[in-house]
Amino acid sequence: MTFDEITKRLRDAFGDAVVEAKSEGVPEPFLKVAPGKIHEIAALLNDDTVLRFDFLMCLSGVDNGKETLGVVYHLYSMEHRHRLALKTDLPAADPKLSTVSDIWPTANWHEREAWDMYGIVFENHPDLRRILLPEDYPGHPLRKDFKVPEFYNGMKVPY
Amino acid sequence: MGLLDRQFNNSNVIITSMENLLNWARLSSLWQMQFGLACCAIEMMAAAASNYDFDRFGVIPRATPRQSDVMIVAGTVTLKMASRIKRLYDQMSEPRYVVSMGSCSNCGGPYWEHGYHVLKGVDRVIPVDVYVPGCPPRPEALMEGIIKLQEKIRRESLVKKSA
Repeated sequence: MTFDEITKRLRDAFGDAVVEAKSEGVPEPFLKVAPGKIHEIAALLNDDTVLRFDFLMCLSGVDNGKETLGVVYHLYSMEHRHRLALKTDLPAADPKLSTVSDIWPTANWHEREAWDMYGIVFENHPDLRRILLPEDYPGHPLRKDFKVPEFYNGMKVPY
Repeated sequence: MGLLDRQFNNSNVIITSMENLLNWARLSSLWQMQFGLACCAIEMMAAAASNYDFDRFGVIPRATPRQSDVMIVAGTVTLKMASRIKRLYDQMSEPRYVVSMGSCSNCGGPYWEHGYHVLKGVDRVIPVDVYVPGCPPRPEALMEGIIKLQEKIRRESLVKKSA
């Protein structure tokens, strides 16, 4: 399926939950969706026989720098050989959205990384712990407003 | 037969100072605590393998701090790892030595400015005897570090505390 056909199919199913579809002037066409609907949309993308996005290539966190964080899903269909970039924006003050790790188990560790680095909370995640940094690390370091702590457990951090 | 045997075949007695004997024993059998943390570990492994053959200096990799004399910190020390390094160092029996291998464990290396997760030098948690510069150092460089450490041990004294 082409990007426009995928967009139409999702618009028919979810209407206004598909906030934006952009295919021109960007390196890769993407769909922006409402964060509250992400689980239903992901379920449809995976289950629908004509869409059948069975492979979550990557799940990334983003700090947009304008009081919003984002999550980007890169999807691929092994069966139909088509791909899709799915984006969603969250308020930086309260970044919460549903997990998709029950749909694509790959998302489990990716969501833990997004939590670790950006503090994005994935609700209903089976095991939302930090994946790279130590458990007691202060803050989420890839956020733009993150300040490196002067000391961590008595060890000086800056050079 | 070697020259030593020929010289002492009658009496079988070698006279030396206690200090010399102890230092000689220590520097000739520096069992290393293997501590591969990043790419430096590859060079450390190469140094231990047959081409460079650290065994000829008596440097044998050990997997436990209880059996080792020298800790070669090879690689980036993250904050998460730093407390483990401290604990493993504390578990080594004295006399114990530390060789800091590579820019990362010397001073933070490429992570010196934006490394929110990197300890800027392993000497912030444990005392270091020899720093080996390089990114990563070649096995020859690590070998020179070991020889420097041997020179340091050779100068040690039983009564006078070494720095």
